[in-house]
Amino acid sequence: MIAELGLGALWLAAALALLQLVLSALGLGKGRAELLSGVRPVAVAQAVLIALSFGSLITLFLRSDMSVLLVAMNSHSAKPWLYKFAGTWGNHEGSMLLWVTVMGLAGALVALLERTLKRETHMATLGAQAAISLGFYAFLLFASNPFARLNPAAPDGQGLNPLLQDPGLAFHPPTLYLGYVGLSVAFSFAVGALLTRTVDASFARAMRPWVLGAWVLLTIGITAGSYWAYYELGWGGWWFWDPVENASLMPWLAATALLHSVTVLATRDALRAWTIMLAVVAFSMSMVGTFLVRSGILTSVHAFAVDPERGTFILGLLAIYIGGALALFGLRVGTVREGRQFEAMSRETLLVVNNLLLTVILGVVLVGTLYPLMTEAFGHKVSVGPPYFNAVAGPIALVLMLAMVAGPLTRWRRDVPRVVGGRMLWPTGLMLGTASALAVAAWGRIGVLPFLGLVVAVGVALGSLIPLTKRNLRRTPLFTYGMVLAHLGCAVSLGGMAAESAFTAEKLVAMQPGESVEAAGWRVRFDKVMPLAGPNWVAMQADMAVSRGGDETFLHPQNRFFSDPPTNTTESAILTTWRGQLYIVLGDRLEDGRWQMRIWWKPFVTLIWLGGFMIAAGGVLTLIGRERRGWMLKVRKIRAGEWA
Amino acid sequence: MSSAALLAQTALPPAPYADRQLDDPAQEKKAHDFMLTIRCLTCQSQSIADSNASMAGDLRSEIRQRIARGEDPEQIRAWLIERYGDWISYEPTAEPILWPLWAAPVVLLLGGGALVWGRIRRRKKESA
Repeated sequence: MIAELGLGALWLAAALALLQLVLSALGLGKGRAELLSGVRPVAVAQAVLIALSFGSLITLFLRSDMSVLLVAMNSHSAKPWLYKFAGTWGNHEGSMLLWVTVMGLAGALVALLERTLKRETHMATLGAQAAISLGFYAFLLFASNPFARLNPAAPDGQGLNPLLQDPGLAFHPPTLYLGYVGLSVAFSFAVGALLTRTVDASFARAMRPWVLGAWVLLTIGITAGSYWAYYELGWGGWWFWDPVENASLMPWLAATALLHSVTVLATRDALRAWTIMLAVVAFSMSMVGTFLVRSGILTSVHAFAVDPERGTFILGLLAIYIGGALALFGLRVGTVREGRQFEAMSRETLLVVNNLLLTVILGVVLVGTLYPLMTEAFGHKVSVGPPYFNAVAGPIALVLMLAMVAGPLTRWRRDVPRVVGGRMLWPTGLMLGTASALAVAAWGRIGVLPFLGLVVAVGVALGSLIPLTKRNLRRTPLFTYGMVLAHLGCAVSLGGMAAESAFTAEKLVAMQPGESVEAAGWRVRFDKVMPLAGPNWVAMQADMAVSRGGDETFLHPQNRFFSDPPTNTTESAILTTWRGQLYIVLGDRLEDGRWQMRIWWKPFVTLIWLGGFMIAAGGVLTLIGRERRGWMLKVRKIRAGEWA
Repeated sequence: MSSAALLAQTALPPAPYADRQLDDPAQEKKAHDFMLTIRCLTCQSQSIADSNASMAGDLRSEIRQRIARGEDPEQIRAWLIERYGDWISYEPTAEPILWPLWAAPVVLLLGGGALVWGRIRRRKKESA
């Protein structure tokens, strides 16, 4: 019954999305304003129904209802409840249902909370949102029904890919999806503004919290995903330029550019058309990301997503949405009046440089990701991997980081180059000093890119703090702290990446129990190996004692075997110190009784993710700082209403 | 050469250097940097330097031995491409089919830069 309830709710929600679109289209297009009053209640009802549908699917997974095909294919009754729960979206159909659920909830929020937009723009935004949802509803109902029954029911499920059996699964995909959907809301705002010809600063202020929120969630999703891959895959890599990773990076790059240009629009009423264009690009990138992951056109580490049959459907949706958005942009961009002017030396210009470089990196990642598909169409299989992306995107990103220091130190509208140069004196000096010191200490031992990365990271770290000097820290607005924290986070993350690439020490050894080895200043002793059983796996677990001069710490890397489906995974043991991480993996047993060990010392590697979370935290501070006044006003209005 | 022969006796067939580093750190670094640019054909988007697959282990061993014999990484790449096709190399080669890939960043930078520059100049004229 629950499955049928879920499917029924899904159909009803889809019908309401259609109604929402029709009401807003007729209301705006035919001038029948009375129809518009129905749009908001319909949006809210749609959210309730889709949430009910998703709730039904979660219930089916938690109950291990093997008469439902999706549960039988992707779950197993012996799994811990967290993975039954998270397994709901660890598969194609469930993750698409999550997509539309988040989208429906976001639509209800836009319907209920948005008060600053003009009524027509607001209604057009909700109409656009319904149009996007409809495509996904159609995709679910006609090509990926999550509630399909299996008759007769399976005795038990086939299990979940053990690589996904990790708390990371519970958080990583939903966070990214929330970010994608946030960008779709921003896109709906852009469409609403284009349709009703209201592209201006107040529109930018209404759109900004959605862009900021989406960007924060994408940042968290990518950072967490990177750390998940790092400890789960067992080879110490944290970024592979894998197509699926690129699929999440591209919307982030676009959202980062959009975040900065929407601020220019909100603050200075400049860059109107460009901001709209970026909103279109950001949404397109989240669609391309979904397409790449969901269509199965690429095979990658995220193999669970592979399913070629649905590719055509998503490609169709992609063409309709992106094509439609670009067509609307082309038709209406002429009606967007040019925003305010600024001088060549101004913060606006530096933010344009930021946008340009981010867009170029985005273009490079997009071309590099799709290139193998294009050459394959010509019968020539090539790979585009880390050597290309690092060599091309790396240097551009470093220049971008330098612009990031200059931007906050430059005034809006116009500034004097010499004065800006003077404000940059300390970071520049520090970078030159670091470069010389590093050159003396490690010349020839580290690559060019890590070398420059370390130098720029140090300079940016100092430079990002300068906006806080020479001012009353108590009266500094919260969003300035947010910006400083996010920029500092970029420096911290870059420093971690560069240090990891430059100084990682690797040691591969075969060890007898009782043996010890030296690795990068660590003494690693291998005591014994013991078998161990978990809820749905058995493992060999090593007892290792590691020390660096002082006390010993005990680490327990595992080599796990899952029975449903049969798979081997390695659970790395990681010791985190302030100076870096010691990363130990237990490999296979050799014929002579020794065990293969992989040991890495990764100096300052944790800074990569610390920086990522600092960036996200900076975004949260900015969001609170920018929106607090608006929220307070709303609260006050509501209270006044109650007392009146 | 004799040390390699000795190791070959104590190590296990068929891939003695799959998970065993070369004694010379400089050679090992060369081999490792090179392995990062070679795709594991049986895996999904992983280089042979970070894969558990046996095919990756075999190739790691082969590459370490060739580097130890003094072969140049690009020679090894050519040999691998001849044997497995262009797909095995993560580092795009200089073949004509890949020229647009290398041109893309240059075109994007120049095009975008020209656009921005034109905009700023026009604004200067307007305001002058």
